[in-house]
Amino acid sequence: MAIRFVLLVNKQGQTRLAQYYEQLTIDERRALEGEIVRKCLARTENQCSFVEHRNYKVVYRRYASLFFLIGVDSEENELAILEFIHCVVETMDRYFGNVCELDIMYHLEKAHFILEEMVMNGCIVETNKSNILGPIQLMDKSF
Amino acid sequence: MALSGMRGLSVFISDVRNCQNKELERARVDKELANIRTKFKNDKGLTPYEKKKYVWKMLYIFMLGYDVDFGHMEAVSLISAPKYAEKQVGYIVTSSLLNENHDFLRLVINTVRNDIIGRNETFQCLALTMVGNIGGKEFSESLAPDVQKLLISNSCRPLVRKKAALCLLRLYRKNPDVVSVDGWADRMSQLLDEREIGVLTAVMSLLVALVANNPDAYWNCVSKCVRVLERLTRSQDIPQEYTYYGIPSPWLQVKTMRVLQYFPAIDDPNIRRSLFEVLQRVLMGTDAVKNINKNNATHAVLFEALALVMHLDAEKDMMAQCVGLLGKFIAVREPNIRYLGLENMTRMLMVSDVQESIKRHQVQIITSLRDPDISIRRRSLDLLYGMCDVTNAKDIVEELLQYLTTADFAIREELALKAAILAEKFAPDLSWYVDVILQLIEKAGDFVSDDIWYRVVQFVTNNDDLQPYAAAKARDFLDKPAVHETMVKVAGYLLGEYSHLLSRRPGCSPKEVFSIIHDKFATVSTPTKAILLSAYIKILLHSQTVDPELQNHVLAVFRKNETYLDAEVQQRASEYYALSRKGPSMVDVMAEMPKFPERQSALLKKAEDTEVDVADTSATKLRLMQLTSTAVVVADQKPANGVHPALTRVPSGQRNIEAPTVPVANGGQSPAPVDFLAIEAAPTHSAPESSPLVGPGDSLALALMDNQASTVQIGLKAEWRGNQGRIVLFLGNKHTAPLLSVKAVILPPRHMQLLTSNVPDTIPPRAQVQCPVEVTNLSPSREIPVLDFCYNNSSAMVSFKLRLPVIMSKFLQGATLAPADYIARWKALMGPPNKLLQEVVRGVKPLPLQEMSDLLGSLHVAIAPGYDPNVNNIVGAATYFSENPTLCLVRIETDPADRTQIRLTVGTPDTSVALELKEYIKERLVDIPSGAAPTSLPGMPSPADDLVGPAASLAGLI
Repeated sequence: MAIRFVLLVNKQGQTRLAQYYEQLTIDERRALEGEIVRKCLARTENQCSFVEHRNYKVVYRRYASLFFLIGVDSEENELAILEFIHCVVETMDRYFGNVCELDIMYHLEKAHFILEEMVMNGCIVETNKSNILGPIQLMDKSF
Repeated sequence: MALSGMRGLSVFISDVRNCQNKELERARVDKELANIRTKFKNDKGLTPYEKKKYVWKMLYIFMLGYDVDFGHMEAVSLISAPKYAEKQVGYIVTSSLLNENHDFLRLVINTVRNDIIGRNETFQCLALTMVGNIGGKEFSESLAPDVQKLLISNSCRPLVRKKAALCLLRLYRKNPDVVSVDGWADRMSQLLDEREIGVLTAVMSLLVALVANNPDAYWNCVSKCVRVLERLTRSQDIPQEYTYYGIPSPWLQVKTMRVLQYFPAIDDPNIRRSLFEVLQRVLMGTDAVKNINKNNATHAVLFEALALVMHLDAEKDMMAQCVGLLGKFIAVREPNIRYLGLENMTRMLMVSDVQESIKRHQVQIITSLRDPDISIRRRSLDLLYGMCDVTNAKDIVEELLQYLTTADFAIREELALKAAILAEKFAPDLSWYVDVILQLIEKAGDFVSDDIWYRVVQFVTNNDDLQPYAAAKARDFLDKPAVHETMVKVAGYLLGEYSHLLSRRPGCSPKEVFSIIHDKFATVSTPTKAILLSAYIKILLHSQTVDPELQNHVLAVFRKNETYLDAEVQQRASEYYALSRKGPSMVDVMAEMPKFPERQSALLKKAEDTEVDVADTSATKLRLMQLTSTAVVVADQKPANGVHPALTRVPSGQRNIEAPTVPVANGGQSPAPVDFLAIEAAPTHSAPESSPLVGPGDSLALALMDNQASTVQIGLKAEWRGNQGRIVLFLGNKHTAPLLSVKAVILPPRHMQLLTSNVPDTIPPRAQVQCPVEVTNLSPSREIPVLDFCYNNSSAMVSFKLRLPVIMSKFLQGATLAPADYIARWKALMGPPNKLLQEVVRGVKPLPLQEMSDLLGSLHVAIAPGYDPNVNNIVGAATYFSENPTLCLVRIETDPADRTQIRLTVGTPDTSVALELKEYIKERLVDIPSGAAPTSLPGMPSPADDLVGPAASLAGLI
């Protein structure tokens, strides 16, 4: 029961954020991202949010031009992950104020900080938005 | 939101974004990489700001899919920086770029340790996170005690402790010894008293890993977990920030329910009661709501609760409630819920005895097989595969075949494989199996592996009854336009071997068969050409009268291919050319292939292997393992008189324990406890003049499936002469442990005398022992001897019964009489006293006359074509061997207007033989194997009772 990667991709298939919780070579990552993105982007609104790929299950959600994809093992609770994606988006919303692709692109480090507070070692570590954003906001003030 | 402080980074990102294509992007990235390299190399005096900027650029480039190995050292070195902002970048980028095997990490192990034991909690968090993400064995050894201290410390803030919990999880996974079971069971239990939800969530993840490895040690955590669930579901003391759309942390709820699924069973009645109250509330209280997020969150909890209920093996009512809910889910419009409904139903199949109630939803599940969403189609396919058994195999496999024509590429291979496996596993009869595989090849030839068609050949070769059928089918498929090459292979092989059995049918003369195969020759690949050449020579030499035209044609083909490019084809062509010119003396060389020795299906083996291939210790798998270990119902329970050990170990699921002392005569009426598959090869002496009294060694495969794992394989070889037979049972242990207390007792029917030799008490691992049995038939009966086999497989007694293929036809020998002789004997039997037994049989399987005649022939009755002036009648004769041989005459009168009824007449000087033989033939003609046959004799194995499991239906074939 674990998260194996978190991927943010725009609708052209360009990766905007990638965080892996397992060891993959860069070639493996490139191949995996290519295949998964192709599969997910081809799907319609009426199809379910889960895609099986090799031994991953990808839970994905689309927000405007941005796709959030989380790769999990077959034991994970899919709906819990689906809502975790939304929880990530709401947290980013609170920080960036209506987050969009460019926010994540140009503030890669902030996106990484937020994700790092929420997922660790493939497990959900925090879902309380004040707790997640606390350290980041503290640092922003020090600038 | 202001742009981040790093202007250079933003400019670079913009540049990359503006690149029109991949080449330009690469050029821009290469330029930047060169820049970063020189900066790192030359300028010793990089400011912390610049260092940070370049390291982030590297992470960005890495994310785009480029190698940045050269910069690892710089990222790692930032960890040692004194300032938080640099340290943070160092830790985060390091855990993104590196993995546990990188040597650089060793360099910072001390810095990391200092950060962890230091007083600065922000540093602690950074260090714990990095170690939690990529820490390896060395980190585990040097840091575990410090991390543990932080986790249980009273002075640490939750912020640090939750990270310490997940960090410890990582260290534990790298080296389980770092968490000593003795001390930690109590500590974990104390940690579960935590009020802070973040810490509790992290602790719960740690607990899952600990419990998965050693559920017994953490027993004291069960009640605490239930209390956490109670707190959450009652919304007691849950801070607003930890509720999600009004639901107290759905993630913690799910995790807690998951932990409970790793404990084998919860016996404490109080805990059980509280837990079921919680679960009942979830099951009853979850309604669909408009808000999608809320709806998903409540259903996430609901699905986890369903899984937990299944695991706990709840009372019938609650299980029924679960199946009911899932049944509802698989029919809703919301695709996610539908998907999960199907998935959870499949899981449910594995753990509980709910097969029957799930079958009620079969129609809906089949509908999902046509869903526009491939994810849902896959789930539906998996579920159908899992729920398939003998009762619905025909429906399901035919549905799969139908779907195959429209299925998309992505799923076809899996579909074809699953259809093939199900057809093999649950075939009600072998001709159906042949039909399915041939259709499979027709519809999805590309996906039918060689294993699948080899298996068909094995079955057909080992079953004489099947040969004409399979050959005729193969012939039909070759007529279709656009024949797949695999079909050409299998049809070529089958027709080569068996087309002579069809020679009397229209369109099946050797010449015709040859020309229809040879039509394909030009377009097939070299290996197929080789198969076809073998088919040609067999067709040529199997035909009774040599057709010079055919011979010339075949020889010409061989001649032509003597110079073929491929050595194999060339060799076959030249050798066959030389052989076929020698004429009929070569018939023996090209005789039919001998029976295959019994072997495990390569396909089923592959299927088993892939099932084992899931690496992680998953909850489902653990549950399955628990299931097999609790399935030991009966230990060694010998009957008091000790004569016939009719002892039964009931497989999981069935809890009915057979009375230990079943009288021999009723042996066949006890339900067969273990499903088995019996494939029998009838002897091939259908042409009595030419063959000696003893048929060629009947080899037989009784592939036995213990329903958990195939541990035992029983094979059988038999020879028959008159009323005597010699059977050799091969008892094989496929297990890696020895089989102990082995007993093989044959309960002889009254009409037979059986001399059994002793079976050794122990069968060593992967060994086979032989057990010869001498059979003497004393009087006519259809009763079948039953082998009662039991053994101890180190954990439990296993016992089951197998019906041995010692059937009436084994003692029949076709008899050929001159027409005048035949008629004289018939008249003599007509009496008085009338010794002809006659019966009108209804509900007969409608067969073409030829097939019915073949069927009779397969029972070793020599057909006498043309003896009866009415073309709708079949007559034949055979000698039945018991104490004295008896000549039997058989006549079947068919009604061309109604093929489901016949009049069957059997005449013998000995009416008891006639009675038995008539019933025996009747059973084989009636549609459902032996279903309609009356149980005329007390003590006979009642056919109705035997109609359980594939065993029964396949037993009809013997």
